[in-house]
Amino acid sequence: MQAKLSVVALSVAAALAMGACGKKEEPKPAAAPAAPAAAAPAQKPEIIVKLGHAAPMTGPQAHLGKDNENGAVLAIEELNAKGLEIGGAKIKFELLPEDDQADPKQGSIVAQKLVDAKVNGVIGHLNSGTTIPASKLYSDAGIPQISGSATNPKYTQQGFKTAFRVMANDVQQGKRLGEFAAKQGAKSVAIVDDRSAYGQGIADEFRKAAEAAGIKVVATEYTNDKATDFKAILTKIKSTKPDLIFFGGMDAQGGPMAKQMKDLGIKAKFLGGDGVCTPEFMKLGGVATEGQYCSLPGVPLEKLAKGPEFKDKFNKKFGVDIQLYAPYVYDAVMVMVDSMQRANSVEPGKYLPEVGKSKYDGVTGVIEFDEVGDVKGGAISMYRYKGGKLEYVETLGGGMMAAVKDAAQATGDSAKTAATAVADAGKDVAKEATKVGGEVKEAAKAGAEAVKGAVEKK
Amino acid sequence: MDIFLQQIINGLVQGSIYALVALGYTMVYGIMGLINFAHGEVVMIGTLVTITVTSLLIKAGVPLAVAGLAGLGASVLACMAIGWGLERVAYRPLRNAPRLTPLITAIGMSIVLQNIAMIVWGRNYMTFPPLLPKVDYEFAGANFTAVQVMIVVVSGLTMSGLVLLVYRTKLGMAMRATAQNPQVANLMGVNSNRVISAAFVIGSALAALAGVMVGTYYEIAHYQMGFMLGLKAFTAAVLGGIGNLAGAMAGGILLGIIEALGAGYIGDLTGGFLGSHYQDIFAFVVLIVVLMFKPSGLFGEKTGERA
Repeated sequence: MQAKLSVVALSVAAALAMGACGKKEEPKPAAAPAAPAAAAPAQKPEIIVKLGHAAPMTGPQAHLGKDNENGAVLAIEELNAKGLEIGGAKIKFELLPEDDQADPKQGSIVAQKLVDAKVNGVIGHLNSGTTIPASKLYSDAGIPQISGSATNPKYTQQGFKTAFRVMANDVQQGKRLGEFAAKQGAKSVAIVDDRSAYGQGIADEFRKAAEAAGIKVVATEYTNDKATDFKAILTKIKSTKPDLIFFGGMDAQGGPMAKQMKDLGIKAKFLGGDGVCTPEFMKLGGVATEGQYCSLPGVPLEKLAKGPEFKDKFNKKFGVDIQLYAPYVYDAVMVMVDSMQRANSVEPGKYLPEVGKSKYDGVTGVIEFDEVGDVKGGAISMYRYKGGKLEYVETLGGGMMAAVKDAAQATGDSAKTAATAVADAGKDVAKEATKVGGEVKEAAKAGAEAVKGAVEKK
Repeated sequence: MDIFLQQIINGLVQGSIYALVALGYTMVYGIMGLINFAHGEVVMIGTLVTITVTSLLIKAGVPLAVAGLAGLGASVLACMAIGWGLERVAYRPLRNAPRLTPLITAIGMSIVLQNIAMIVWGRNYMTFPPLLPKVDYEFAGANFTAVQVMIVVVSGLTMSGLVLLVYRTKLGMAMRATAQNPQVANLMGVNSNRVISAAFVIGSALAALAGVMVGTYYEIAHYQMGFMLGLKAFTAAVLGGIGNLAGAMAGGILLGIIEALGAGYIGDLTGGFLGSHYQDIFAFVVLIVVLMFKPSGLFGEKTGERA
């Protein structure tokens, strides 16, 4: 933990230091990419591209915030290792991590801070409640924003050209959850939400879908995103005898809630959205979570072509498991940088139109945006908690699944074998070295491709 | 009826924890007129120390009961040290400063302790090892567990012990004397510095105990868990009449029950207009009403012989 913290401290310090000295201007187009291969790297202008990242790094959701940041850090390190060139200049990406404390007020404060720091783009925020007010500031400043985890539909419905997300929104998720509840044979449900933009949003959508499916909503109760005691509301719910309790909120509340349900002798099933679909939920809820269901937007990592590889990289780098949104945040960074490459510019105004046209084959699937900035398709996968692990049940709806299916089948097997090989080699230093060599090679290849792409565009 | 009974049980357990924490606030306030806002953080550290020690011992193969008691002992010692240190570092140098100054250092210490805990234990939620066997009881349709019984019984015993200490021992007499007038108490041969230190140390030991209870009850812990708990306990102390031992206990239990009933019935009472997210309002409305009619709290008239 201490090691991890010092890494954080270092990266923060580094970001600050870079922020202070990294105010280089956009290179003149005159520094032409005429002969990129011939020019010595020392002569090339190096520009620092600052990407803001905002998530709660303190408070009850700090573990999720750290997870998001790790996703972004991983993406940025890989990009820097590739040594990208955009607009003829060598690009060095810098992450400006901010702590929004999952608080809408603080979210706007750090958003303003990022705008003032003239970041080239923003990844985040984590929560819908912070993302929505912050998106106005980014929109006013013309800074593209891609959230990997804000799922409240409002975020992209405000008409901001700068707002994007790479995760299915709550309308899609709540709807699928409602249908799933009906499929499970629930006749009556109780709904609890944590009054956050996310929790309330997904609970409302769930209610609509559940009622449409003929399920009776027998109780509606509320808590908050800092609570640990739910016995009072659960006792009340118990008296209405629902078949299922739906919780719109995060794992830090969901886990204890499931446990307290058990303490009170409530037999109803527990169902939740992506906020409780985490290892943390099972750790906190213990045996009470066994056999309960939750949903995640997208397709499970291990079912995706690049999923196992990403998981392996992540575990190796940070020594912790992926909590939740890290792959999405990773993809958000990649999509943003991909747009910069296609626009051949890191200037927000110039590459923004390219973001909407993205068709990026990322870890979480092929990412394409619709006209408002929501990810197209948007499959929802159901999971069951079993023996301390999330067990994949099924994927409901979404064109995303179809889009990645072929790719997954084609490369899935080879990726899987590669991943196992890498995992086996985990402790073997010699093999590790070869792997690093391979990575460098890969990076070089990707870099070459990028240059080729840029040239072709010209 | 079984629902009502269940809510009372929920409230009683929650309230016992509030009461135990509230005692720490009220003891310090009674003697020094200072609100030690870092008290909630001491509770948090108590929980986290117990988790660390107990988990380590369990891993080493020590029986559960021994590991649990060792964890409790370690956390009580750690919290006593922190309480003593807090007073020496943050409050004693400001003994003669205006009243607002120590209040600010108190809030500062609260933030410092939280951040230290974040550095030491990390940001993640931690699970508390299950110390007591999971036994469920049922009474007239209401469910409760062995842990809940333990919490109510242990808080009751601890609070009675504290009352005995304050009203039956020499140290208690010194405390009461210091509370009434530190200078005069000094003249009478009472070492008021030592008495104040003792108040902090005892309050912190209670906080450690409360921390262990919170841990065993919810089975989770987090570096920010102390803040809200501290605030609620402070409210309970004010409700009962801050500075008064019996008041803190009654206030704590009352607040717990009001909260539980509030969350359970506010929706029905207002015809669905107000939901359970207004449960805190329910508690604070009661607080305001009590303070309007009795500004010194429920047991306020006894401030003369406050601990």
